[in-house]
Amino acid sequence: MKRSRYWQQFTGKNDRNIGINAKVSGRVVHLAGLIHELSASELARLIAEKKLSSREATRAYLDRIAQIDPTLRAFNETYETEALDAADAIDRKVSRGNALGPLAGVPMALKDNLCSIQGRTTCSSRMLQNFRSPYDATVVSRLASAGAVILGKTNLDEFAMGSSTENSAFGPTRNPWKTTCVPGGSSGGSAAAVAARLCAAALGSDTGGSIRQPAALCGIVGLKPTYGLVSRYGLVAFASSLDQIGPMTQDVRDAALLLNVIAGPDPKDSTSWPAAAADYLKDLESRPPHVRIGLPKEFFGDGLSNEVAGAIAAAVEYFKQHGAEIIPVSLPHTRYGIAAYYVIAPAEASSNLARYDGVHYGHRTNNARDLFELYSASRAEGFGPEVQRRIMLGTYALSSGYYDAYYLRAQKVRQLIKEDFDRAFESCDVILSPTTPDVAFDLGAKSGDPLAMYLCDVFTVTCNIAGIPGMSIPCGFSASGLPIGMQFLGPVFSESLMLRLARLYEAGHEWNKRIPRPILETASAA
Amino acid sequence: MNQPEYKVLIGMEIHVQLATASKMFTGAPCGGTQDANTQVDGVVLGLPGVLPVINRRAVEMAMMVGLALGCRIASITKWDRKSYYYPDLPKNYQISQYDQPLCGAGAVDITLPDGSIKTIRIRRAHLEEDAGKLLHEAGHAVSMVDLNRAGTPLLEIVTEPDFSSPDEARIFGEELRQICRYLGVSQGIMQQGHMRFEPNINLHIFQDGSVFKTAISEIKNLNSFRSVERACTYEIRRQLSQFMTDRTAALSEPKTTRGWDDDKGCTTLQRSKEDAHDYRYFPDPDLVPLRIAPEWIHTIQETLIELPMARRLRYEKLGLSAKDAAALVDERSVSDLFDAAVMLHASPRRTANLLLGPAAKVANQRTAEKGSPVLISDLGITPEQYTHLSGMMEDGTVSASAAVTIFETLCSGEEKDPLVIAQKAGLVQVRDTSTTQAWVNEAIGRNPQAVLDFKNNPKKRQASLGFLRGAVMKLSQGKADPKLVGELLESHLNSQS
Repeated sequence: MKRSRYWQQFTGKNDRNIGINAKVSGRVVHLAGLIHELSASELARLIAEKKLSSREATRAYLDRIAQIDPTLRAFNETYETEALDAADAIDRKVSRGNALGPLAGVPMALKDNLCSIQGRTTCSSRMLQNFRSPYDATVVSRLASAGAVILGKTNLDEFAMGSSTENSAFGPTRNPWKTTCVPGGSSGGSAAAVAARLCAAALGSDTGGSIRQPAALCGIVGLKPTYGLVSRYGLVAFASSLDQIGPMTQDVRDAALLLNVIAGPDPKDSTSWPAAAADYLKDLESRPPHVRIGLPKEFFGDGLSNEVAGAIAAAVEYFKQHGAEIIPVSLPHTRYGIAAYYVIAPAEASSNLARYDGVHYGHRTNNARDLFELYSASRAEGFGPEVQRRIMLGTYALSSGYYDAYYLRAQKVRQLIKEDFDRAFESCDVILSPTTPDVAFDLGAKSGDPLAMYLCDVFTVTCNIAGIPGMSIPCGFSASGLPIGMQFLGPVFSESLMLRLARLYEAGHEWNKRIPRPILETASAA
Repeated sequence: MNQPEYKVLIGMEIHVQLATASKMFTGAPCGGTQDANTQVDGVVLGLPGVLPVINRRAVEMAMMVGLALGCRIASITKWDRKSYYYPDLPKNYQISQYDQPLCGAGAVDITLPDGSIKTIRIRRAHLEEDAGKLLHEAGHAVSMVDLNRAGTPLLEIVTEPDFSSPDEARIFGEELRQICRYLGVSQGIMQQGHMRFEPNINLHIFQDGSVFKTAISEIKNLNSFRSVERACTYEIRRQLSQFMTDRTAALSEPKTTRGWDDDKGCTTLQRSKEDAHDYRYFPDPDLVPLRIAPEWIHTIQETLIELPMARRLRYEKLGLSAKDAAALVDERSVSDLFDAAVMLHASPRRTANLLLGPAAKVANQRTAEKGSPVLISDLGITPEQYTHLSGMMEDGTVSASAAVTIFETLCSGEEKDPLVIAQKAGLVQVRDTSTTQAWVNEAIGRNPQAVLDFKNNPKKRQASLGFLRGAVMKLSQGKADPKLVGELLESHLNSQS
C-alpha cells in the first residue's frame, strides 16, 4: 500500500503531455496530484491567476519530499513551517490583488552553499554543520523579492568540490532515475530535487561544471551564466574566478525566468557586470535567426560513449533541419583544461577556505593544546578528504618556488583557452557538445580514483576557465534509462541566444516531460 | 681594535592608517575607540560568501599621499592576497598589493638639523587592510580577538635606504606625519597607532681597503619617533660590535627581523629569513584591477595643498625665524589662519607673535580647563581680527603688552573689534607730543637722582634711561607710546647737559 502510493506520488498518474489548461479549467483541487508536473512558469501563472494557491503547491512539494527524499537525500534541510508561512503570505497578496513577483508562490530549493538567514548554510561540510548565516546571498534576496517560496537547502559535494555529490559530509544524494547511480555534482542535490520534482526549480553553482554535469546526469536544464552576470555575494566561495550561480530547472523557459530574477549588477560583488541584464523571456519562443553551430572536434574524441555521441548527432541533425549551419571548429587547448582547472581552482580554494580555522566560527576541535593544534585539528576534523586534497594541491601550487611552474602557467593556459573560444566564435555563434562523456555512473565507481572523477568535468571546465556561458539540456536517454545531456557554449553574454536555441530544440522533443519512473525498482533493490 | 669607518644605511616601511569613514573593502565604520567587535560586519569578520569592494576614498587618500611624496601613480593597480594564519586576521589572508602598487617611485625633501635639505627616495606605496588585535589578559588561559581595527585602510610607504643616521629617519617620520595631517588623510596620533614604523638597517664598514656589508635587520612595529631613533641607534651599535667580535656572523647572517623593547632599550631577534613566512601571494580574484585615468590623478592633484616643508621655507622668506616658521606650520589650521591674515596684508612678524604668544597661551589654558585639546583655530578669532590687531601694533596704536590684553578680551567674545576694546580699556597709545612731553617733564622732575645718574655715570646711563621711561609709562597709565617717550626723554636729557 505504502509502496504503491510512493510510486504514484513519485511518477505521477499520468506523466506525459499534461494539458494544463484543460486540467485547470475544472476545480483547482483536480490539480493537486499533478502539481509536481507543472513547471515553475506554469505554477507562477496558475498561482497569479488564483487557480492554485501557493500553499497547495508548497504542501504538495513538502509531501513529496517527505515521501521520496529519505531515498534520494537531495535535501540537507527543509523549512516546512517557514515555507508554508511564505506561501500564505503570497496567497494573501494574490487575494488582495497586490503586485506579484515573477516567481510568486513557486516552491524552490537552494544549493546549500548559498547563504540564507533561514536555516543553516553547511556546504555539506562538518566544518559548517551548524553555521547560520546572518545575511542572505544576493540571489536569495532576489528570489525572495520575486516571491519564491524556499523549501530547503540541497546537498552538494563538500564546498562544491566534486562531481558526484558523494563528497558530502552528510552522505551522497542518489540519482532519481536510478538510485544506485550518482546524480552528478557538485549541485547533485539541486539536480536530483528538480528531476524528482521535489521542488519546482532550484539554484546551483558551477565552478567547473557543477550545474551542467548534474543537470545532464539527472535529465534537467542547467545554465552556468557568463562570469559576472549573477552576483556571487553570499555564495560560499570555492574558486572565486570560476564560480557562478545559475538556474537548474525542468525546462528552458524556467531557466530564462530564473535568470531574469537573479541576473544583473550587484554593488556588493566587484566582479559583477555593471550593465543591466537582458530580458531572457522576451524572444524565447521566436525562432532564432540564422545560427551557425560549431562542433568542436576535441569534444568528440576518445572516451565519448556511443550513446551520448548518438544523441548529440541526432540533435545536430535536428538543428540542421531547422536551418542551422553546422561548422566544424577546433578548441585545441581543451586537453589542457582539466590540468589548468585543477591548479587554478585548488589554488583559489586553498585561500578561500583558509578562514575556516576554528577560531571565529565553524567547527572547533576539542583537542588542541596550542594555536597551531587548534588550526590543524579543527581543519583536519572539519574538512573531508577531497577538500583537504584540494587545499594541499592549491597551497603547493601557490608556494614560493612553484608559483611560476603551476599557478602562472595555468593562467597562461587559461588565456590560451580563452583565445581558442574567441577564434571559434569568429566562425560560429554557439558551440554544441556533449555535457559529459557518459551517463550517470554508479555510486562508488570513481570515488577511489580522484583523477577519473576529475575527468567527469572534461567538457565543462573550459567554459568556466574562459568565463563564457554554458548550458546543459536533456537530449535523450541511454538504453539503461539514464538521461543524456547536451551542452551549449556561447560567447560572453550570449545567454539569450543559447536559451532560444535550447527552446527550439526542446519544442521538438519532450525529454524534459519525463519524470523518473524506475526509482521504485532501484530503490527497493538498493 | 680601533673602531673602523662605517656608513649607516637605513630604509623604512611606514604604515599609515587612512582616516576614512568606512573600511578598506566594506562599509563598516572605521576609527574611534569603541567597545570590542562593534565596528565590524560580515566582510570584516570574513564570513562565508562575503566579498570585498574597494573604498574609493581610501584610494584617493593614498593617491594624495603618493602625489605629495612625488610618486608616480600607476595607471593600473591590482590587489593580491597575502596568506598567513593568525587569529587577528579573520580570512587568514590580507588583501594587499604585491607587484603593482598604487604609487610607484617618488622622492621627498627633508630639512636636516643643520638647515640643509636632503632628498629621500620613495620606492613605492601601496594600499592594504589592517588586522585586528589580540587581547591577552594576564592570568587567563585564553586570548580574546578584537576585530574593530581589522579592515582599516593602511597605506604602506617604503623608502629607499637613504637615511644615513637615526635622526634622519626620525625627521622623515615627523615630516611624513605632518604631510599626512596636512592632507587630512590621518590625524597622526601616534599613541593610537595611526602610524607605525619599521626601519631596516645595515652598515657598510670600511676596513683594510675593503667594504664589509653587515646583515640587514628590520625592526618591527615602532610607534613613536623616539623609539625609531633609539632603536636605530641601538641597532647600529649592535651590528658594529658584532662585526668587531664576530665578523663572519655579522656578514653572513641572513636578514633578520627584530623587535624593540622600549623598557630595556634594546632589540631582540624575532625571526631570521630561514623561517620567514611563505605568503603565497596571488591576485585576489574577488577584486578587479583598478584602472586610474589621468583625469582622476589630475583631480586629486588639484586638491593638494601646499605642503609643510614648502610653507616653512615661505615663512622664512617672509622674515620669520626658522623656529617660528616651524611652530606655525606644526598645526595646519594655525598655518592657514596665518596665511589668511597675511593675505589681508597683516604684518607676518606681528601676526606670528600674536598666534604663537597670546593665542597659544589662551589655547593652552582652555585645553587645561576642558581636559581636551583646544587649538588656536578653535578660539574663534578671525583672520580679519588678527590682521586688525597686528595692524594696531604695527602702527603704534597699541603697545605689544596692550595687544595681549586686547587679544584675551577678544577671546572672551564680548567685543569683536580690537580697536573698540582698546578704546574702552584706555589702551590706545597717546602719541600727542605735548601730552607726552608733560609726562616726561613730570617724570624728570620727580626723579632727580636718575637724571643725575644719566648725566654723570656712563655705566648707569642706560639703566636710568630705562627707569625714567618706566616712570613715564606709569604716569601715562601705559598709554604713552614707548618710542615717542624714548625720543623725548633723550632729547630732554641731552639738551640739559
